[in-house]
Amino acid sequence: MVENDRLGAWIAHVVLIIGIVILAFPVYLAFVGSTHDAATISNGQMPLTPGPNLVAAYEKALFTGTSGTTREPVWTMMRNSLIMALAIAVGKIAISLLSAFAVVYFRFPFRQTAFWIIFVTLMLPVEVRIYPTYKIVSDLGMLNTYAGLTIPLIASATATLLFRQFFMTVPDELVEASKIDGAGPMRFFVDTLLPLSVTSIAAMFVIQFIYGWNQYLWPLLITTSDNMQTIVIGLRKMIVTQDALTEWDVAMATAILAMLPPVAIVLLMQRFFVKGLVETEK
Amino acid sequence: MEKRAIFDNKLLPYALLLPQILITLVFFYWPASQAVWQSFLIEDAFGTSSEFVWLDNYRDLLSKPDYYASMLTTAWFSAVVTFLAMAIALLLASMANKQISGRNAYRTLLVWPYAVAPALAGVLWLFMLQPSLGVLSKLLRANGVDWNPLLNSNHALIMVVLAATWKQISYNFLFFLAGLQAIPRSVIEAAAIDGARPMRRFWTIIFPLLSPTTFYLLVVNIVYVFFETFGIIDAMTSGGPARTTTTLVYKVYQDGKLGGDLGGSAAQSVILMAIVIGLTAIQFRFVERRVNY
Amino acid sequence: MASVTLDHLKKIYPGGVEAVKDVSLTVPDGSFTVLLGPSGCGKSTLLRMIAGLEGISSGTATIGERIVNEIEPAERDIAMVFQNYALYPHMSVYDNMAYGLRNRKVPEADIAARVNEAAKILSIESFLKRKPRELSGGQRQRVAMGRAIVRDPQVFLFDEPLSNLDAKLRVQMRLEIRRLHNRLKATSIFVTHDQVEAMTLADQVVVMNAGRVEQVGAPLAIYSRPASRFVAEFIGAPPMNLLRGTITAPGVVSIKDGLRLPFDQSAFDAGIGQTVDYGVRPEDVAITDMPAANGATEPSHSMTVDLIEELGSNRVIYGLLAGSGFALVTRTGIASADRVAFVLDPSSAHLFDGESGMSLRHAV
Repeated sequence: MVENDRLGAWIAHVVLIIGIVILAFPVYLAFVGSTHDAATISNGQMPLTPGPNLVAAYEKALFTGTSGTTREPVWTMMRNSLIMALAIAVGKIAISLLSAFAVVYFRFPFRQTAFWIIFVTLMLPVEVRIYPTYKIVSDLGMLNTYAGLTIPLIASATATLLFRQFFMTVPDELVEASKIDGAGPMRFFVDTLLPLSVTSIAAMFVIQFIYGWNQYLWPLLITTSDNMQTIVIGLRKMIVTQDALTEWDVAMATAILAMLPPVAIVLLMQRFFVKGLVETEK
Repeated sequence: MEKRAIFDNKLLPYALLLPQILITLVFFYWPASQAVWQSFLIEDAFGTSSEFVWLDNYRDLLSKPDYYASMLTTAWFSAVVTFLAMAIALLLASMANKQISGRNAYRTLLVWPYAVAPALAGVLWLFMLQPSLGVLSKLLRANGVDWNPLLNSNHALIMVVLAATWKQISYNFLFFLAGLQAIPRSVIEAAAIDGARPMRRFWTIIFPLLSPTTFYLLVVNIVYVFFETFGIIDAMTSGGPARTTTTLVYKVYQDGKLGGDLGGSAAQSVILMAIVIGLTAIQFRFVERRVNY
Repeated sequence: MASVTLDHLKKIYPGGVEAVKDVSLTVPDGSFTVLLGPSGCGKSTLLRMIAGLEGISSGTATIGERIVNEIEPAERDIAMVFQNYALYPHMSVYDNMAYGLRNRKVPEADIAARVNEAAKILSIESFLKRKPRELSGGQRQRVAMGRAIVRDPQVFLFDEPLSNLDAKLRVQMRLEIRRLHNRLKATSIFVTHDQVEAMTLADQVVVMNAGRVEQVGAPLAIYSRPASRFVAEFIGAPPMNLLRGTITAPGVVSIKDGLRLPFDQSAFDAGIGQTVDYGVRPEDVAITDMPAANGATEPSHSMTVDLIEELGSNRVIYGLLAGSGFALVTRTGIASADRVAFVLDPSSAHLFDGESGMSLRHAV
């Protein structure tokens, strides 16, 4: 259109660049923090440009941990976070594919009931039922285990709904052709439905990986031993709000490390992620 | 909508559903019903016996001023974060939806904060706003603001709002951008031919057509502030100073950590559940009516 | 190869909708039978019942010597070509064709031989490695046929396979399907709503309406001796002219406004006083000079011309006869652009019962 002239485009560029700078600034500052030594930061003398302490801070974070609060090295925490994120993503995708397949491709008594049982979970995040759930996990002896950390979070309707929605768009004729070609339900599921769902699965993987990696309240309660804690919890424990004991250089290095995997996945799989995110919710 | 082509099989569908239903029943329905049940009970000090007390726990809860204070904090916090995060995201999305060069690069550079954990967002902003060493604190002090979120509750709230908004902009941006891209160009061109200037086009054509997205995001953002900001609050203020940044969810956590009042804690959970169910129900009603379509 | 016999077949959906009402039909071994009818007439449902994709509510379906009511689609020894082809989008053309054979544990060497042979017949050898989305509509159509051919089934089922193609390709594929049938001689059942497809492809046409079979017969028999008013209107383009009237004398139907139309009394079971629909195909109407001009003795009729459709090889003239629409086809030009005279040959007239709509023609 005519008004889409140079001025309009300039305004758009300027607004977007300001937005990007505001979003990126905290992360830049964290990076700068991870390159100066703790004393410089604590004195409030940190400049706005990177310093010489980069290798030392990351080395200490990854392999030693902070001296005071949590003595676990960050790579253990990253391993825990990775296991948690992968287990949640893979677990959710697996059980959701199966249940969506059942709900879409079969007719059986209580089908609607089963769908509603799953659907209602959409409404109640783990935070609202946190203590009773904690009690059950504790009664089952699952505190401080990966199972306790992940299985209760696997039950959610998001992935089931997405896959259900996708399955509804698969042409009926493919099922019929498969039947005529002598394929039973599981063979159709493996040979045809799964290969067709690759994009949806990838989208769901990104979303659920991030969901798992970023969990906070649940691991805070379930993991009491230091060697089970996730990186987000570990980072939080490094920050001691009330006094200056925080080793900010190590903490900021940890923050950067904690951000890397999920941000990398979002950027690398942006196409799937955007599609998955926007489609799940519609 | 139903499939025409299905498989006949009596037992297989139940086997396929089993894992999800089992996990849902054990870790979802069982604890949720426990919470409801416990909210009607009072346990004695040793946890050996309990008594059914009807709504006493709720009456108790609602008679305490700090519960109202926490409700008020949550409401204020939700309103401000939702408004800011949505307004900024809409502005950015409208700009990114223009036919300008580098649109994809802009989108990439705006979406990544979605992947940052809320608690991590809290730590990042704390690093900037920490009174003694934060870069922004120094700036504020230099300009005569006595910035101290550790003692000043308004400062603490502002700090939490900033981090929570920062984290949520990307998510809203993505949805607004998708919503804008779904508006047919011809509609906007027709409005231009009808003589509507850009700003007028935005408010009379684009914004009304975006209303399903806006409404969806409204509910999602409120739910986000209710629950996911837990990590931000815990990392930045631990609910302080003087409990002024304690939201309803944070209060459930804190009261539970102290132990003791199981019934009261359960009652808090039940009220939270009711709020979320209410919000979701409203959302479905409106989505069904397809706001404006 | 095998014949297919349907005996009092019914399909009643759970909601009570009767999609197929008591259909009995024989598809002879090796014949090409076309199920023809408007959309919603039950023809696709019938085909899907034969395939085993829809359950049979009552009656029996027999393929060869076997009653197949309770037999799974894969065990019925049939192959089906779908309207949207239903190719597996993630598999190559080769794998699409091989999939059914692999599920039947046919040795890979045999599969390769059969796929290659089918590919040669259909001239799709050069893109066996491609994915369906890299093919044109016509090529996909061939792959879908190839998938059916490699199975070497007793019966081929086609569910409107040409309706997604553009007009030119449709004609071409129609010819190829018929050539293929002449070569393979496989029993085929083909569903379409396109009468030209039906007429050109079929040995036997089954005209269906509202879940029932209206008429079964060779294409020409259906065209020249339609068994009911429905068939008469459905087959032929432009459709047959139909005028409601009463028989007032042997061989004469009086319409109204004094219009009297002739028919061959010996060919029909129709008595004086009976209400009938008088039918004549536009192409059976012979145009003549205006009566006033030639003073002819021949009984002729005339009408005001409303519209002329120029088709190149001939033209269709539309007008009003005794208040009803009337069309005629002529190869020659007409003298005047606003009035046309014509004669009706009694032997080309059709009569249908005014109430039941059934043809009144003597059984042959």
